[in-house]
Amino acid sequence: MSARKPEKLRFLRVFRAAPLAALIACSGEYPQTTFRTVTDFGQSLNDLFGRVFWWTIPILVLVEVVLLFVVIRYRRRPGGPTPKPVHGHTGLEMLWTLIPALIVVAIAVPTVQTIFATQRRAPDEALMVEVVGHQWWWEFRYPEQGVVTASELHLPAGRPVHLQLRSVDVIHSFWIPRLGGKRDTNPRPAREGQRPKLNHLTFTVSQPGSYLGQCAEFCGLSHAIMRMRAVVHTPEQFEAWAQRMQAPPAPPAGTLAERGREVFLRSPCIACHTVEGTTARGVIGPNLTLLGDRATVGAGALANTPENLARWIRDPGGVKPGAMMPGTRAPGGGLPPTGLNDADVEAVVAYLLSLRSGE
Amino acid sequence: MAITKARAATVTAGPHARGGIWSWITTVDHKRIGILYGTSALVFFLVGGLEALLIRAQLARPENGFVGPETYNQLFTMHGTTMVFLVAMPAAVAFFNYIVPLQIGARDVAFPRLNALSYWVFLFGGLFMNSSFLLGQAPNGGWTGYVPLTGPRFAPGLHIDFWVLGLSMLGISSILGGVNFITTIINLRAPGMRLMRMPLFTWMTLVTSFLLVTAMPVIAVALILLIFDRFFGTSFYAPAGGGDPVLWQHLFWMFGHPEVYILILPAFGMVSEVIPTFSRKPLFGYAIMVYSGILIGFIGWGVWSHHMFATGLGPIADAFFAIATMIIAIPTGVKIFNWLATMWGGSLRFSTAMLFAIGVIASFTIGGISGIMHSAAPADLQQHDTYFVVAHFHYTIFGGTILGTFAGIYYWFPKMTGRLLDERLGKWHFWLMFLGFHLTFFPMHWIGLLGMPRRIFTYYDELGLGSLNLLATIGAFTQGVAVVLFLWNLLRSRRHGVVVGPNPWNAATLEWSIPSPPPEYNFAVIPEVHSREPLWERREATPAPPAPEPAIHLPPPSHWPIVVAFGVLLTFGLFLANVWWVPLGGVALVAFGVMNWAFEPGH
Repeated sequence: MSARKPEKLRFLRVFRAAPLAALIACSGEYPQTTFRTVTDFGQSLNDLFGRVFWWTIPILVLVEVVLLFVVIRYRRRPGGPTPKPVHGHTGLEMLWTLIPALIVVAIAVPTVQTIFATQRRAPDEALMVEVVGHQWWWEFRYPEQGVVTASELHLPAGRPVHLQLRSVDVIHSFWIPRLGGKRDTNPRPAREGQRPKLNHLTFTVSQPGSYLGQCAEFCGLSHAIMRMRAVVHTPEQFEAWAQRMQAPPAPPAGTLAERGREVFLRSPCIACHTVEGTTARGVIGPNLTLLGDRATVGAGALANTPENLARWIRDPGGVKPGAMMPGTRAPGGGLPPTGLNDADVEAVVAYLLSLRSGE
Repeated sequence: MAITKARAATVTAGPHARGGIWSWITTVDHKRIGILYGTSALVFFLVGGLEALLIRAQLARPENGFVGPETYNQLFTMHGTTMVFLVAMPAAVAFFNYIVPLQIGARDVAFPRLNALSYWVFLFGGLFMNSSFLLGQAPNGGWTGYVPLTGPRFAPGLHIDFWVLGLSMLGISSILGGVNFITTIINLRAPGMRLMRMPLFTWMTLVTSFLLVTAMPVIAVALILLIFDRFFGTSFYAPAGGGDPVLWQHLFWMFGHPEVYILILPAFGMVSEVIPTFSRKPLFGYAIMVYSGILIGFIGWGVWSHHMFATGLGPIADAFFAIATMIIAIPTGVKIFNWLATMWGGSLRFSTAMLFAIGVIASFTIGGISGIMHSAAPADLQQHDTYFVVAHFHYTIFGGTILGTFAGIYYWFPKMTGRLLDERLGKWHFWLMFLGFHLTFFPMHWIGLLGMPRRIFTYYDELGLGSLNLLATIGAFTQGVAVVLFLWNLLRSRRHGVVVGPNPWNAATLEWSIPSPPPEYNFAVIPEVHSREPLWERREATPAPPAPEPAIHLPPPSHWPIVVAFGVLLTFGLFLANVWWVPLGGVALVAFGVMNWAFEPGH
């Protein structure tokens, strides 16, 4: 949009951005801020918001100032004049109908332009990622790379990204504010021949970094703990990440981690979880390949430390209400307890945290 | 004024002449039903307000453990459902009941027993839904009840059953009320009360009533489909069975958006009565105010998908609903400007009622502006389902509807009781509530834009939103104090308030021509109307009052409305048994009640 704008009007952008800039100034520590977007998509949303802001805030200020003036100027005073019984004024009423109408046109045009600009078909060279909402975690599938991961959306900077969104249960909404606006993930009809309810988001991230987000559509008990983050790499780093996801390291022989690997692979864990390069091929729960790289466990419930991971494996429901994963003693998600003892848990933690790229 | 004094002299019996609980249960007097509606709405307001305080206590700091997620989800679901269906709507209906017949010079509504039926069905529906707390199974799917989260697969238990069945009952009540008020306003106006002479509040009641009878059937359809999904195993909304969850969103918001105008138009009507009275000037641009209200009612039907910009409807639908939403801002803006013009050049008296009306202008405008920000569909993708939206709709529903309703309460309380609400307490109430309100909801604009979604029972410290949330919580408790002051004022002034005559505010409309409180028959003589401000215009030439009519026919009390309402409660309540024929017991009681109703003597 801005590309088509005459160059001499460019300076106006400063004014449009001013209130946003003021907010940005005090939003340094807000990781989910909508103001500091890092995509073309997010930028066009904020440009539009800035325009609407500047067209509408003067009306608000005008109303409040006139109200204040009227309240002070026309308060009843003893011995004051009896007001004239004015019933209306056609000219004035036309004026304050037409001016708002013109303002509506002024914001409707860029709105419609932005609607169509931000919902274009993704370019062919875009990286396609399937985003799948689950109660209460996010799955990210990369058909091109043959990679599946959870809770952390790895993306390359500078290359268009096409997110294809759906859900396996209820409606969720994918929202990482600094990447741009949210989009619902609708459950896909199970029947043949029906148009799948896929939603799409297309954008290009401009700078590598880590960006927080979370589910924005109320989806049940632990909706608040359905968090995620985008990890945006340089294109080379992204390729390297995808490579490592396909062939994660095996733990060195004779270590606790290796014992953990054995425990893990003969435990019920593998009914739901996948670790690439092993016999763990479960698809119901999050893919755990390179779990050691992740910042959190339980979709943002806890920081990913050995103690927290052990706590999670022992009692996921105690950490995250309704988590559909059994603990060592308590059933969960309709499944019986895993029955792992403390030594097993310690070993499994060591194994899972050893699944990392080592950088 | 002379004429009102003459009429006051004809009063022989007030509405409270016949006392006792039974007289309230069987009453068909619109004024008593109005008081019942108002009192019930007030009680539910305290319940919904308590829920709000618990929500804010939980959110006072990050990762708080004050209530768990299950309780929290029930609290915000019931807070929204209660405030919309059990507070804002019945509070407006209380004034429809009490004031509209008085404003149009009628002795009652068109169908007095139907009126009683709507009240009892509303009360039973509200109590039924809240009784779920006793089982620990209060609704927990949000007031918008999105499927499939509220479908049988993801919402086992009684939570959502209570919600769909209770809401269905409330819908019945609203449709009956709407039919009644349309008929009343069209047919029972006093001679000379042309449509374009009706007070603005009556006009807005008429528009709202049309919205009620047209919008409520839409949510009825949505709810019936969900009831079928939940009780009879259909899959209208279940994707696994070929259903479509987005259908629910369309149906819900096709009702839901007219609903927000159902909530706001009565308050606009009240403000349009209060401002001219305390400015001592007629309403500026009466005709435009009426037309803009009607226009809002019409366009309100074409904007529903602006609640669904993130759903993924495609650019054409998004563009249509964005533009329609922007257009509706025009007639809404016109109302604000006309109120300002009414006050301009007036002689403003800052009674508590007037302060609340001014508070509406100051606050609702902020909600209107943030509404336009949402209408820019792409920008809304960053705002939708965040606290920015929570801020927006509280600025409209609280800043518009609730503050407007308080203006109405302070304005018409003397008409209902013959006593003023205490003005000193009233001003404390206003200022605490006004400041508390802005303290609660203004920071939420930032909270939302800085990344906090709504409906989350906890938020993490790293979001950096702890202090803004604490501010909002402090504001909420400030409002709590204001509500306590209001209650104290209400209880005290009912017995000890300053006694006043028929027209303490020197207002212009017909309800102020009769004694306060009005006699059971309202008007000893049905007045003849010659202008929009009959009590102001008649100051000069007062024709001699015609002789009182010899006998005034008033409908006798009836217990059949509550019997039928109880049948409705049984019909819906017995669905909880989950055996298809059990609710037929309730249907039988309804049939029995209706038969007796039809053949009741004296009606």
